Amino acid sequence: MDRVPIAKIGQTLFVSIQIELEDESVLQLQEDLADEISSTGARGVIIDITAVEIVDSFIGRMLTMIGSISRLFDAETVIVGMRPAVAITLTELGLSMKGVRTALNAEKGLEILNGRS
Amino acid sequence: MDEFPIQSGDDVVRVRQHVRTKAAGNGLSLVDQTKLVTAASELARNTLVHGGGGVVQVEVVKSLNGRTGIKLHFTDSGPGIADIELALRDGWSSGTGLGLGLSGSRRLVDEFELDTKPGVGTTVVVVKWSR
Repeated sequence: MDRVPIAKIGQTLFVSIQIELEDESVLQLQEDLADEISSTGARGVIIDITAVEIVDSFIGRMLTMIGSISRLFDAETVIVGMRPAVAITLTELGLSMKGVRTALNAEKGLEILNGRS
Repeated sequence: MDEFPIQSGDDVVRVRQHVRTKAAGNGLSLVDQTKLVTAASELARNTLVHGGGGVVQVEVVKSLNGRTGIKLHFTDSGPGIADIELALRDGWSSGTGLGLGLSGSRRLVDEFELDTKPGVGTTVVVVKWSR
């Protein structure tokens, strides 16, 4: 199983998913992020899925759950860089990704996080 | 026709990669490739989690009017599905999922056939055609 690295810049954690996502990798990321947020007190998380070719219901649910978990630590998660084909497929699949914020790209995601008082 | 085992999370990833390559090499659009690979991922996970593992056959098929399609044939010898109508309903789940695996993947493909016998196993055959 490959692990997704987490980088911290200021009060924000950055995750860029560059691997083919196995279910175990997503579960591991969820755990790693919860640990990292709780130990660093980060206020925001940006997850960049530009390189992710598909998001199925399991991956989508896990990303949404990361949003809910981070909120318990008073941190906001923004998913950025979703491919158009992925957005179309997710919608047809019936997954709304309710509960997690999304933004076009990392820059817009940061704007959302920085706009938070 | 190619056949792949589905016995682990690794296998699910390999199935996705192979279906992507086949779909891209046979004229499916990027959106259609993505829909088919997503459906393959859902169905492969079902085979693994609910069917206790199985196999998938990947085949390039031709329609009568000359279109090319990708046909995926998932087989497991798990417990089967007791109530098909219920299993195909959005939001119904026997496990911890969202219940979108079967109902959602049916929407992502052009043809969908499910055959299941309690105690014997389940097969799901889907086809996505190039446009």
